[in-house]
Amino acid sequence: MSFSLEESPTTGDEVITNYTINFGPQHPAAHGVLRMVMELDGEIIERIDPHVGLLHRGTEKLIEHKTYLQALPYFDRLDYCSPLGMEHSYVLAVEKLLNIEVPLRAQYLRVLFAELTRICNHMLNLGSHVMDVGAMTPNLWMFEIREDCLNFFERASGARMHSAWFRPGGVHQDVPLKLLTDMADWIDERLFPLFEDAMSLVVDNRIFKQRNVDIAVVSKEDALRWGFSGPMIRGSGIPWDLRKSQPYDVYDRMEFDIPVGTSGDCYDRFMVRVEEVRQSARIMRQCIAQMPEGPIASTDRKVVPPKRAEMKQSMEALIHHFKLYTEGFHVPAGEVYVATESPKGEFGVYLVSDGSNKPYRCKIRPTAFSHLQAMDFMCKGHMLPDATAILGAIDVVFGECDR
Amino acid sequence: MTVLHSAPRWSSNEGVKDALAAALGAMLVKADEEHGEILLTVARDSIEDALRLLRDDHEYQQLMDIAGVDYPQRAERFDVCYCLLSVTKNHRVIVKTSTDEATPVPTVTTLWPNAGWYEREVYDMFGVLFAGNPDLRRILTDYGFQGHPFRKDFPLTGYVELRYSEEDKRVVYEPVQLAQDLRQFDFMSPWEGADYVLPGDEKAVTPPPAPAPVATAPDTKGTASVDKPKTTDSKADTGAGDKANAEAAKPSDGKDSAVDAPDAPKATDDRPAKTDGEGA
Repeated sequence: MSFSLEESPTTGDEVITNYTINFGPQHPAAHGVLRMVMELDGEIIERIDPHVGLLHRGTEKLIEHKTYLQALPYFDRLDYCSPLGMEHSYVLAVEKLLNIEVPLRAQYLRVLFAELTRICNHMLNLGSHVMDVGAMTPNLWMFEIREDCLNFFERASGARMHSAWFRPGGVHQDVPLKLLTDMADWIDERLFPLFEDAMSLVVDNRIFKQRNVDIAVVSKEDALRWGFSGPMIRGSGIPWDLRKSQPYDVYDRMEFDIPVGTSGDCYDRFMVRVEEVRQSARIMRQCIAQMPEGPIASTDRKVVPPKRAEMKQSMEALIHHFKLYTEGFHVPAGEVYVATESPKGEFGVYLVSDGSNKPYRCKIRPTAFSHLQAMDFMCKGHMLPDATAILGAIDVVFGECDR
Repeated sequence: MTVLHSAPRWSSNEGVKDALAAALGAMLVKADEEHGEILLTVARDSIEDALRLLRDDHEYQQLMDIAGVDYPQRAERFDVCYCLLSVTKNHRVIVKTSTDEATPVPTVTTLWPNAGWYEREVYDMFGVLFAGNPDLRRILTDYGFQGHPFRKDFPLTGYVELRYSEEDKRVVYEPVQLAQDLRQFDFMSPWEGADYVLPGDEKAVTPPPAPAPVATAPDTKGTASVDKPKTTDSKADTGAGDKANAEAAKPSDGKDSAVDAPDAPKATDDRPAKTDGEGA
């Protein structure tokens, strides 16, 4: 190593040339296994090269070797912070190819739990974002809420995180009435007191604002060019929400507002998520109030298996059950791209079917891919500690990014 | 077809296909509309111009995804699919083009900066080359990985596995050793999905030539005679024949038996050479 250090003309200090550091793959603020090779000029970031793929498990390849129903639980394991949001895109893609009708109660249940997932996801993200920039307490309070959400998932599906509860044609099981009333009570008695308390510590906090306001400002044009979606594009001031503009299930029956940012910085993205939690609670209340009685899955026995009690009596039901759990159902040949508004943004599934019982190709469009790619352009010229705030505001989970 | 599903509903597709087809003109190979999706197949060399036209003149501002699909039977085995979104028209289209292992596809990083990683992913997973992409490195697989794992001829188990070696004090790669065979069950009903000959079926397809008349006593093995009861005591009596029995005993792997087109390229060329005792 031989390079000569320049002498600073003004202070007499030694000027340090650009140097490179590794951020991650085991950095607590990297939100998982992200390795970023940073080129720094002092504390100013000159260039970032994110290295992803450390959690690549070949999900898309595995799905090609499974039947349509067996492929479903892989989606829980993509974004493990919002599992039902991932399942939602997949079941809608399969239903679109099959063109089957989903009963109204199932659509309400899906929207209800998709919004609970959104709250659950935002609790983790908002909490870890404030922790990345130095605040401890709000995170602990918001984990209380998250724990409640996971308990609700458990009561509906039997699993706290990897629910596998949405199915092509509806949902797996009905929920008891007590669960719905408990959810309604929980929104008023637990969610809002805890959440608003936690937010009161953060949103007007001087330190928090110093770390986030005017950090990584993204214009509307840049947000479009870089393929942003979800809170990232809304933070930049574009009122684009797939639940509103391309409604699926019963979102067109819901009344809710879309928060947008004004300056497109990290603080705006944070505040968009804060308001989304309140709007999600509003949607959940409407779902619980409007939810009709009725079947929770399609009655098309070529796709949805019969009830167990029915199988004891009916030969036909028994045959259907056997065929669905061995061969599975066949999906008409064709290709669709179905994207839903997952808590992190547009989560898409590009599904190619060759008419058999297994997907020919299932390309998953992760939200984080576009956002993380813009790290270089968002971080340029910012200080090293700002990188953690920017990363926190992206809301990245590597199960989904790396697949 | 009436829409029964509850998947995302965007603005009407009516007339969009024809309008875009007219605008693309000679660049367009095929325009389809099925399952509510508009699929435009574009000549490979003009993909960049076509996407620029869609972005600038038809308001498809966002590139949401680039997906690769592998059809090993075709001469140009890869499809590259660009999923576009218009936030002003509230509409989506899928633009497709095809290529093979050697022919590069023009990059669209000139149109959308986020195309860079998507192209890197398609390159990494399928080995599709993109001409003009300034940073076409692997992205999801490990540093120094060989092969393109999402090709249909790449095995699900892969070729190498890694473990921490206590002797070397580092992570080492070794050929995959499976404790048991990878189980791929074929649940397809034999009347729809089987790609092997069902025992007995071969007689229906190609009737065996009539046996030449011989003077000796007739051999009872193959031909049935009226006065003897037909039994299936031994394998030879089943009527299936050795060929069909051997065919039925083979494990079915579903897809690979389809016949390649005469001009289809060779299978993955850069897979590591297999050695004996490797398993799978």
